[in-house]
Amino acid sequence: MTSNFKQRLESGKFVVTSEISPPKGTNIEKILHHIDLLIGKVDALNVTDHQSSVMRFPSLGGCLAIKERGGEPILQMTCRDRNRIALQAELLLASSRGISNVLCLTGDAVVVGDHKEAKGVFDLDSLQLLSTIRQMESGKDLGGNDLDGKIAFCAGAIVTPEAKPIEPQLIKFEKKVEAGAEFFQTQAIYDLDNFAKFMQYARQFAVKILAGIVLLSSAKMAKYMTDNVPGIFVPQYLIDELASSPKGGALNKGIEIAGRMIATLKKEALCDGVHIMAIGREEVVPNILEAAELSSKAPAPQSQGDPSS
Amino acid sequence: MKSITKQKPFDEIKQQLDNFGRVFIMGCGTCATMTKTGGREEVLEMKKRLEELDKLVTGWAVIPTACDEMTEVALREMDDSIRNVHGLLVMACALGVHRVSLYAGKPVIPALDTLFIGMEESPGHFYEVCAQCGHCVLGETAGICPLTTCHKGLLNGPCGGTNNGKCEVDKEKDCAWTLIYQRLKDQGRLDLMRKYHHPKNYQVVPRPKMTKLA
Repeated sequence: MTSNFKQRLESGKFVVTSEISPPKGTNIEKILHHIDLLIGKVDALNVTDHQSSVMRFPSLGGCLAIKERGGEPILQMTCRDRNRIALQAELLLASSRGISNVLCLTGDAVVVGDHKEAKGVFDLDSLQLLSTIRQMESGKDLGGNDLDGKIAFCAGAIVTPEAKPIEPQLIKFEKKVEAGAEFFQTQAIYDLDNFAKFMQYARQFAVKILAGIVLLSSAKMAKYMTDNVPGIFVPQYLIDELASSPKGGALNKGIEIAGRMIATLKKEALCDGVHIMAIGREEVVPNILEAAELSSKAPAPQSQGDPSS
Repeated sequence: MKSITKQKPFDEIKQQLDNFGRVFIMGCGTCATMTKTGGREEVLEMKKRLEELDKLVTGWAVIPTACDEMTEVALREMDDSIRNVHGLLVMACALGVHRVSLYAGKPVIPALDTLFIGMEESPGHFYEVCAQCGHCVLGETAGICPLTTCHKGLLNGPCGGTNNGKCEVDKEKDCAWTLIYQRLKDQGRLDLMRKYHHPKNYQVVPRPKMTKLA
């Protein structure tokens, strides 16, 4: 069974994914709203897995909601909170419910989150999780035991094109490719020249690369990310551009910047698609798509149209 | 190799000694002396503080190496001071506390928290270098243990949190995989970094760990 997302990746068309963040609590109205808003406008939706090590409604729960509403979920799985037994069990459940895309991540450290004294598991790492998926697809679990029933996943991973030093990251990227990653969603990129260099390197591998687009909502936020978030570098001219926007207009400027970047990436065929992270402002993702001139041809939800070609 | 300790908050010590009017204090002349947590000076300071709480300190001693078997002999020799105490406050690592507990025949209260087994790389700076996992990978990681030195214990390379050679959890801490990368590169052995490490066997010696010489 090939996932719709995988077919889309293989179609060679420019792929657009985005992501939603589950709530802290059982009130899922807001993410249901985001799901309804984005289904049909993007090719697949990631659901974050206790993002930033903050305990929340689970990724799998969000993915089930996307399925129920007719969308295509990408299950984010970190290795921080579950050992190999729990990770495999969750993959079985996901597979049985038609969730067929997984993004394998190491996971942030426990201490950056809101349960700072919890035990970080990291029984597997992101590479070993990718390998586990491939092994389970072959019919065996990690203990070498037979699995009853088939599973198949389109498995992906992340890469940080702005990491310094870059070579250890690239070695890990290649190991992820060897371990079976089919697609990569990158950490946020802003310097397109640098990203083009990364793509020149990445093109030698038979994987699909979706450039990470994180919405900049203000000059302050952009500066904060550059100074504090590993692997994110916002060039000064973008910070200046945000700072020079009229009062109250920084978000619109951020949408414009994101749209402009996506349009350039697509026009110059720099990569295979984009992954849009609006971080708490998911409701403006359609505006970003519009700014990128991707949504004028986007179908209304439920139709069979083609969002971006 | 040293057992690295830190004194517990005094309130916790006080609470654990709550019903103990008569106390014997025991330090250790090896690791806890070196880390200034259970040497002569610290033992005497503790004696003063307990006396301020109106406790009777019947005696004190800094045993040469609290964790070794000579501790039994030392305890026997000090029996006069120990016989009538309500408990012993041990200013040694948990190995010392364990050893004293075997022979004291009295409640034993640790005054220290044992943080890790580490090395002093420069005066006053202690580092954990081995997690005693049971399957050494140092031959493939340029002598730097990723299980110990990487915050997440990752075996297959750096996570996305690495930043200019530092760790996402603490800008003062080096990223283990950047260190490993640099050393392997210097040695012309970067191919080792490309090797896939299978999921680790966390049950090489299931807990409680023990072994017996053949």
